[in-house]
This record gives sequence, C-alpha cells and structure tokens, in this order.
Amino acid sequence: MNRLVLNKIILTLSTLSALIGITFLFWILATLTYKGIMSISWAIFVNDLVNGGIRNLLAGQFVMAILASFIAVPVGMMAGIYLREYGHGSKLASIIRNLSDVMMSAPSIVIGVFVYALLVDPFGSYNGYAGIVALAIMMIPIIISTTDNMLSLVPTELREAGMALGGSKHKIIVQIVIKAAKVGILTGILLSFARIIGETAPLLFTSANNQFFTMDLSGQFPSLTVSIYNLATYPDEASRELAWAAAFILTIIVLCINLVGRFLIRNKK
Amino acid sequence: MGKKNMVMELKDFTFTYAGASKPSLNKINLPVEKHKITAMIGPSGCGKSTLLRAMNRIHDLYPGNTYEGKINLYTKDGQVQNILELKKENDFIKLRQQVGMIFQKPTPFPMSIFDNVAYGLRLSGLKNKAELEERVEKALKGAAIWDETKDRLKESALGLSGGQQQRLCIARAVALKPRVLLFDEPTSALDPISTGAIEELIAELKTDVSVVIVTHNMQQASRLSDYTAFMYLGNLEEFDKTDKIFLNPKKKLTEDYITGRFG
Repeated sequence: MNRLVLNKIILTLSTLSALIGITFLFWILATLTYKGIMSISWAIFVNDLVNGGIRNLLAGQFVMAILASFIAVPVGMMAGIYLREYGHGSKLASIIRNLSDVMMSAPSIVIGVFVYALLVDPFGSYNGYAGIVALAIMMIPIIISTTDNMLSLVPTELREAGMALGGSKHKIIVQIVIKAAKVGILTGILLSFARIIGETAPLLFTSANNQFFTMDLSGQFPSLTVSIYNLATYPDEASRELAWAAAFILTIIVLCINLVGRFLIRNKK
Repeated sequence: MGKKNMVMELKDFTFTYAGASKPSLNKINLPVEKHKITAMIGPSGCGKSTLLRAMNRIHDLYPGNTYEGKINLYTKDGQVQNILELKKENDFIKLRQQVGMIFQKPTPFPMSIFDNVAYGLRLSGLKNKAELEERVEKALKGAAIWDETKDRLKESALGLSGGQQQRLCIARAVALKPRVLLFDEPTSALDPISTGAIEELIAELKTDVSVVIVTHNMQQASRLSDYTAFMYLGNLEEFDKTDKIFLNPKKKLTEDYITGRFG
C-alpha cells in the first residue's frame, strides 16, 4: 500500500476519534448549560432545599470542603516534605510514596464505606465530621504527590547554597525550598480542592444530606452533590429542574477553580 | 610555607562516597595559605570538586560518606580544629560561617536582593536593622554590584542577569566575613564579560579572605591563582606555586595536562 494513502487513513481515523471524544464533551456541557440556565433563578440562591433552593447546600458543600482542606493540606504537605527532603531514597519513603499513589486511584465509594464504618456506624447517625474526614482522605494523597513533585523541581544547589551560608536543614526547607516551590504547591492545593468539591460518593453515607440550613456538624449535613443525586431520582419535574440548576452551578464553580489554578501555573513560567 | 601563614591544611585526607567500593580521594596533602588564591585543576572526575566540597563538609547533606585523615582549620585565635571531627549541626553551622562556598550555577534565593544578602547574617543571629543594612551595603560594594542594585534592593533577585546573580551570591557569602571562600567553577555558566568581572572580584577578595577555586579553565588558574594543585584520578599529583606548575612542572603528567595533551 502506498504510504501516502496509509498516512491519510491514519489521519482520518485519529481526527474522527478526536471528534467523537469532543462531541460528547460538548454535548454534556451544552445540555447542562441549556437545562441549567432554563431552571436557574434568583430564588434558588436565597432559599434552602426545603423551600426549593440550594443556599444551604452550597454553604454545606463549601464548609465541608474547606474544613477537609484544613486537615489535608498540613498533613499532605508535611508528608510530601518528608518524602522529598528527609526520606531521601529510604525504603520507608518509597513505600509511603507507592501507597499514596495507590490511594489516589482508590474508588471514592470505598473511602466513603471506610469512613462510614469508622465514624458513622459507631455513633449511630450520619454526621458532617464524617463527610469532612472522607473528603480529607481523598485530598491527602493528591497533596502529597504535588508537594513531592514540586519540591523535586527545586534545584539541589539551592539547598546546598542555604547550607553553605550556615542554615540548618529545617530552616532551609521552610525559608527557601518551600518558597521556591510555593506557586506549584498552591496550584496543587487548588486543583485538589476543585476535585473534592465535586465528589458525591464519599459523602453519600457519611454526611448524607439535610434539607435545612445548619452549621451543626454532628448531625446530617447539607451537600450539593448528594442533593443532585437525590433530586435527579425524584419523579416531580421541579426537583429535576433544581438538580439541573445545581449541577450547572457546581460545574461553573469547579471550572473557575481550575482556571485560577491554570492561571497561576502560566504566570509562574 | 610556615604554619602561621596557613588557614587550612589537609593531611592524608581520604574520602569515600556512600556505597562506593573505592575512595574518590586518596591521601591528599594540601596546604591553603592565608590571603592567597589556591587553584585546583584536573580533568573531569579527578575529584577536585569532591575535595572542595569536603572543606566545608557540604557532603554531609547526604549521609553515609566516610572521611579519613585530617582537615585542619586554623581559627583566628590560633587554635587548630580538625573539621572532620565535627558532629553536631551547630558546629557545622559555625564551620560554614567561616568557610563559605560559591557554586557553579548562580543560586539566588527566591526573595529580594536585600534579603538574599541578609539571609546568612540573620541566620547568624544579627537582628539589628541598621547594622543589617550597613553589612548588606558593604557586602554588595565588596562584590562590586552595589551600583547596579542600590535602587532595587527590594526587588526579587531572580530578575538579575546570570553574572549579577553570581556576584550577588559572592556578596551573600562575603557578608558573613568568612576566613575561606570556596569557589566551585564559578564562571563556567557565565559569558566572557561576566567571567572577567567575577575574576577581577576574586582577585580583590584575597585582601580579606583566603580563596580556593576549582576551575576547568587553565588560563583562569594561571591568571588568578598564587598556588595551583593538579589532581588526577583522586590523587593530588602536584602542588606548587602557580608559575612553577605552568612553566616548569615536575611531573610529565602535569605537563601533558597543562599543554592540552589530554583531559
């Protein structure tokens, strides 16, 4: 066969494949935008779920994601620092690094079940704390791996130069190495936040859901994602429309966080 | 060379990297004279950088290396200290304040020009703001970079050119008033004009500090240094006054290297 013909066939096939992939992506986005805009109204931002709005759901989702970050960011960053700066080729470090990578691809429903057994079942009720812990567990390995990777990009000479000026190891790590890697680490934190704010499975049977506005984490806690899941299965048209609106808003939020992250990366270069 | 003129002295110094079966340096004996420039030359892999990095124990960033023999540091009050006996982090910090180091690639910290120079001073416990400013200015002047930076001390050091960054690194090291400065191929990443400026600066520095410089550039060694050490395969083959090494070397090996027959 003529190699020019072969080239054309391959080109056509790969272009077609790309088109198919992109078609579905735009289909989803278009449907979501259309249905979302049709059902969105000012009223849903000022009412709670019990009155057909999502105010309490947005607040609840953000409260859980932010509190989860308060756990996951320090733990993940310190673990990442250990792996890169202190573990330095030790067996323990490579075991932890591999485990963390495995954790990153663990199905989120499994994490949900684990936290259910740990923090829901023994206390007899769904609660917000359990949701926070589940989200934090999802977030930690992502932050470990970004911290680890970003620190590895800091040239060794910088550490040696700090040491040559009479710095101790921990001072150099805190004052120089982390400073040099801070944009990358910050971006990683933002992207992992965008990841967990859209999660449903870890919350389904940990925080569950709440129709009312509450900041009481010891009981069922309102969640946007779990609500979308519930509302979409209800038979009445109004519930399904609310689900579309909520899904649309969630997509916009995740998109915005991702854009900020990308903007940070670009500015760094 | 009498003992009282010496600032450092290596005696039968042998160094083995962690996990290596053979030592990278074999029984090195090398004096470092006060207020003079000592150059170390030799082909790649001969151990000259390894030797330099032992002189402020920067190797200790990575565990498991073994040292044998002695590296004596003669302190200001005439005391002798074998730096291979240091074990505590505090002692290492004191050593590195006395024996500074400049690296091949410029290594400015991601902070302002002022903070870069003040970094080592702050580490050493200097907090007084007026004194810090004075020491920073003096160091920047000493490294011949004050005129270029005096109006932009608050700006990031990463905005400087390569040659300026290297002079900033020298200022940073000079600010601590070290007794010895170790240069690890300080100009190999720079253009000829910046190289000239750095060489001039190193020549001026010797009124205040003693300098040891590793270089691949034979002209640089002959232009700059008072003493030259030629190293080959982990051995110190020949050490003498620079003009003797370059004009009338004792060993055939040294002559072959200097005339460019190998390496």
